[in-house]
Order: sequence, then structure tokens, then C-alpha cells
Amino acid sequence: MTTMRSAGAGVRAPSIKKALLTGLGVLVAFFFMAPYIQMLITALTPGSELYSVPAQYLPSRLEFSNFITVWEEAPLWGYLRSSLIIAVFATILVLIVALPAAYYTARYRYRGRLVFLLLVLITQMFAPTALVIGIYREFVTIGDVFPAAGVNTYLSLIIVNAAFNLAFSTWIMVAYFSTIPVELEEAASIDGASRLGVLRRVTLPLALPGIITATIFTFIAAWNEFVVALTLAQSPDIHPLTVGVTTFIGQYRVEWQYLFTSSLIAIVPVVILFIVIEKWLVGGLTAGSIK
Amino acid sequence: MTEATRTPTDTSAPRPKATPPRRRLPDLGPLPWIGPALLLIIGVVLWPAFEMLRTSVMEISVSGLARGFTGLSNFERLFGDPDLPGIMTRTLVWVLVVVSVTIFISLGLASLLNAAFPGRRLVRWALIIPWAASVVMTATVWRWMLDGFYGIINRILFDLGLIDSFVNDWLGDPGVAFYWLMFVAIFVSLPFTTYVLLAGLQSIPQDIYEAARVDGATGRHSYRYITLPLLRPALLVASIINMINVFNSFPIIWAMTKGGPGSLTDTTTTHMYKLAFQLLDVGQSAAMAVVNFSVILVFVLLYLRVVDWRRA
Repeated sequence: MTTMRSAGAGVRAPSIKKALLTGLGVLVAFFFMAPYIQMLITALTPGSELYSVPAQYLPSRLEFSNFITVWEEAPLWGYLRSSLIIAVFATILVLIVALPAAYYTARYRYRGRLVFLLLVLITQMFAPTALVIGIYREFVTIGDVFPAAGVNTYLSLIIVNAAFNLAFSTWIMVAYFSTIPVELEEAASIDGASRLGVLRRVTLPLALPGIITATIFTFIAAWNEFVVALTLAQSPDIHPLTVGVTTFIGQYRVEWQYLFTSSLIAIVPVVILFIVIEKWLVGGLTAGSIK
Repeated sequence: MTEATRTPTDTSAPRPKATPPRRRLPDLGPLPWIGPALLLIIGVVLWPAFEMLRTSVMEISVSGLARGFTGLSNFERLFGDPDLPGIMTRTLVWVLVVVSVTIFISLGLASLLNAAFPGRRLVRWALIIPWAASVVMTATVWRWMLDGFYGIINRILFDLGLIDSFVNDWLGDPGVAFYWLMFVAIFVSLPFTTYVLLAGLQSIPQDIYEAARVDGATGRHSYRYITLPLLRPALLVASIINMINVFNSFPIIWAMTKGGPGSLTDTTTTHMYKLAFQLLDVGQSAAMAVVNFSVILVFVLLYLRVVDWRRA
């Protein structure tokens, strides 16, 4: 499409037009990066220079050691560990649950299939925020009977994160499985592959882009989740990064430089992961509605 | 689409032509496959929804114990609160302004990213950052930039000659704070919306434009009579998903003003949270949650009418 345009658009005007577009593009890119650039500048500012009126655009020197001292100044390891535990296990749980459901739903027209799809779509629309009071009370109740999954446990956070990300993963994987011709699976089984063999060697590799997108998206969503963690994780030792960084905002003083070193440590990896799955995201997020 | 009225054992239904090989295992139908997913949805989405409804008509003590059925008294307290009309009006403004401005700007951004120019890929990556980054952290850096004394925004606006003092407590002034909150909400909503509209733009076949040009249509005509009508499905989907997200948006307000001063920058979502976890009035909070839930349900029903979900 783009090649057709550039080939057909004539010779004279394009270079000026392209330069203008690039200029506009640079402005747009700068606008969206600006807060994160400020994050980086603040993270590299010596603590003594943070509180100056008027604010300085750049500090007199860059304090790279902030990225080292933050590990001593704040329980960053703990936050990082919690974020990892919650995000990794929520992602695994989503895959275990969504893969078979998506495969079966893509392959068979069973009774209740539409009801199941509807249920999945509705959960995708409901963020945990609207239900957080109910979620809290549910896990208080569960905790009375089964403390290992009650309020203030990793298990509760893993389960909630998995449940609210199940929908996206199911949708995107149903879409991928649907594109794999049944004939391909049949041919493999005629060649003597077992049912699991067919799944493992034919179906799953072909659906890999969908599975990777689901994995990364769930991981990032759980990594960034805030309101459920704020509500269910009450003791500081299970706080994930999102909740942890807000504790840098003390009553009298805010350690902005450490707050933003921690934020950057949380943000940079997920931005890279997000760029990896960019191509496949929109289809999954709009439930395949845009054809 | 075929209605799913067959028995679970009849898996050789229309689309997949033959039954994939299945040996030995007794046929339990779809349950072993979709059962775990159903369990998770019922346990963590439907149960809390039910629990919330139940709580909204119960008297709940400060320590969280249910003291029995209380009818609609939680709702009466909720609607009797003199702050509530202001909070509801603000929520309405919040959703309408943030979503409409987001859609409007995204239309332009999507067109920009749909055009070919050197560096386009990098611009698309820059746009991804606010989408991928934690919203709490993004909101927190805006809070720092808007700091009344030490914030960089005061410095920039002063240097541009737009304000005449270095000290402006943007977030402490309820009139101004809410505009900044909406600004940040728009900032974090733009990437997703732009990407959805971009996908919409890319699905429009180029030969339609060629044909229109042959017929003498100018660029503006093409946009008005081809692009916008064909973009309608993407616009609807982006608008409704945004309405739900913006209505639900909690971290921006929480990280920047906590709804304050007082409740002057609260929306119904942050109000619900404060009722439960600061004022410890769980019953009234559940009543607020039920109201919020109903609003979202309306958006969801709208969404289901708009999208072609049965195609999956």
C-alpha cells in the first residue's frame, strides 16, 4: 500500500511533504516521550537539587549512582519479586486455562459455545475496578476458610489477575486456532501422529504468534495492575512495584529520584515487550471486531 | 453462523469437516476444555459481582461484618450525600470530555501514522510508551511535573510567558486540577485509540481512493465521504471501549490528587473506593459500585450491538 502511494504520488511534492510529516512525527514522538524523559532526568538528579524554585531543566551533574543506591534506600527487590511472582504465575495460569478453551472453541460448534464467547467478551469489558469491593469481600470470605488464598496473599492476586486477562488471551487464540485448517491436523494424524503429537507439532507452532501475544499481554497487564494490588496486598512485603512506588510518597518528603529510578526499572522492559507484540494487539483488544 | 444446538457428542458439526482423531478417552464434551476457564470467570468475576449486589443491601459494620438485610438504606445514604451530585456531574464531564477529545486527536494521529514518511516506525514506538507503561507511574510523573513549587511545568509555562510566577499549585486548586487530570487521562488514552483507528484506516482498500480521484474528488472530499464512513466501525468500537476505560479509570486520579481537595476531583469510581477503604462504609460503597456497574453494563450492551462478536 505504501509502495503504491510513493510510486504513484509523482516526483515533485513528496520530498517537502515527507519532510513536513517527519517534522510533525518528531513533535508527536517528543510529546509522548516527554514525561518519561522527565522521569529519567529526575532519576539522575542528585537528591539535593530536586527541590529548587524555579525548577531546573537539567541537573548540574548526573547522579548515575541513584540507580544503585535505590536498591538500598527502598525495598525494591521485594517489590520486583512480588511483581514477578504475580505476573509470571498469572500468565501461566491464563495459558493453562485459555489454551484448551480457545482450541476447543475454535474447532467445535458445541452447545453453549455462544454463551461461553459472550461470557468471555463481557469479562473483557469489566475491569476489576468496578468489582473491587466484591473481590475484596470475596477473598476475605475465602481467607476465613482457606487462609492461603485469602486477602494479602500472592495466590489471591494471581487468581484475580488471571481471571481478568483470560478474555483477551482466549479471544486472540480462538482467532489464531480458527485460521489453522483442520486438514493439516488430519494429515498429521494419518501419518501416525497421536492427538497430543498433532497438537504439539502442528497446531501449537502455527498458533505461536497468538500464544506469544497472549503471554506478553497478560504479563504486562498483571505487571501494571494497580487497584487490585492496592486493595488485596496489605502488607508491604507482598507489594508489587505499582503499589510499592506510591509508598515513596511520604507524608513530609518525597524521594522522587528513587521513585522514578524504580518506575523506569518497571517500565523499560514492558515497553520493549509491547513493541514486540504491537502488530497483533489491536485485533485482540477489539475482540476481532475490526475486520 | 450455525446455532449451537447440537449435542455435545456431535462434534463433527458443520465447519470442521471431519472429526479429528479421538481415542480411548471418554467423551465429556466441552467441559474438560472450557471448564477451567468457566470456573475462573464464575469464581472471580461473577461471584464478586453477586457479592457486591448482596453487600449493597446489607448493613455492614465498620469491621466488615454483615449485620443483616437493610433494604435500600445504603442507597438512601449514598444519594443523600450532598457531595454526590457534584461527583456525578464531574464523572459525566470526565467521560464525555476525555473520550471525545481522545477520539478527535486520535483521528489526526492515525492519519499521520498511516502516511509514509521516514521515521514513522519510531513515532509509532514512542506512542506505545504511555500504553505499555504503568498508568500509576505515568500519572505520578505528571504529578511531579505539576508540583506547585518544584514542577517543571511551572518553569516551562513561565519561560513561555504564560504565567507570571514560578509557584502555581495546579493540583491543589480544584478548578484547575480537574483539567489537568483530564489532560493526563487523554494522554494515556490516545495510544490505544490511535492504534484502533489506524487498524481501521489500513483496512480501507486503496483502490477506492484511486477511483474517487479519477472521479475528481479532492483529498478533503475523500476523507469526508470515504474515510470517515468506512472508519465508522472502528470509531464506534474505540469510543465504547474508551468510555468503559475512562469511566473505570482509578489510578490517574488516585496518584495525582486522591480525589481531593475534599472530594472536589472525585469521580464515582474513586468515591466508591474512598467510601470502602477510607470511610469504612462498605455498604454505601457497594451501593455506589452497583450504580457504577450498571453504567458499565449499559456500555457493554452497546458494545455487543456494535461488534460482530458471533464471528469468532
